[in-house]
Amino acid sequence: MTGAGLSRCRTLRNMSPRSRSRERARFEAQAEVFAALGDQTRLLLVVKLAAGKPQSIAQLTAGSRLTRQAITKHLRVLERAGMVRCARSGRERRFAFNPRPMEELREYLEGVSAQWDEALGRLQAFVEA
Amino acid sequence: MQDRVEKRLELKAPVSRVWQALTDYRQFGEWFQVKIDGPFVAGEVSRGHITYPGYEHVRWEAVIQKIEPQRLFSFTWHPYAIDPKVDYSNETPTLVEFRLEKTASGTLLLLTESGFDKVPGHRREEAYRKNDGGWTQQMQNIEKYVAEKP
Repeated sequence: MTGAGLSRCRTLRNMSPRSRSRERARFEAQAEVFAALGDQTRLLLVVKLAAGKPQSIAQLTAGSRLTRQAITKHLRVLERAGMVRCARSGRERRFAFNPRPMEELREYLEGVSAQWDEALGRLQAFVEA
Repeated sequence: MQDRVEKRLELKAPVSRVWQALTDYRQFGEWFQVKIDGPFVAGEVSRGHITYPGYEHVRWEAVIQKIEPQRLFSFTWHPYAIDPKVDYSNETPTLVEFRLEKTASGTLLLLTESGFDKVPGHRREEAYRKNDGGWTQQMQNIEKYVAEKP
């Protein structure tokens, strides 16, 4: 949590210690995606990036009431959740949208939903018998 | 996309029957496919293990939240807690709620599982602690918002 922002363009996603189970890591990653989306500024950034080409912090800050620093902070949260990737081109850093975490989240909820359908189907058979 | 799962189901059985199937731990175990150690008590941990073939090693552990007769039964649990070697107790669980309503033909069951948006405490950044964390808007709503407030 230094004040250096995204200057090193780090990938922050793979932070889970190896000892953690895959399932647990996956659940945490999903919770992180939900949390990353639980903020209007970040939602707006996601929508902006999802709609088009990779953008620089200057481009993302333009037209916003927020400072460059604030936008950078929000981008870090999105990057941690794997939803945004940072790539350098020369001296400039550009941020691109990565749809995969949101797709995984949707798949996960579909899985939960399917499990409930099965369980409730058994409940129905049980009480209507 | 929402941070919760919601189901509505019309059951051709009286509310009292459905209530029993939900809150009697043996009956719950029948359809949920879990063997539970003892009766559900609000505020207490319920323990047992899954009986679904292939998942017998998986423990059932939930904290019973509300038992409001014939109306609401709820518990919290960890939906992905399937690794017996991992201690999930510090992580934020999801909330499962069963609500019952009497209908002309029987019972309307409303199931909600919510709380998928809560980050485990040790992963949460101090700077973002104040966020409400609620992801309830769908992408269309976001787009609408963006269109209105460019």
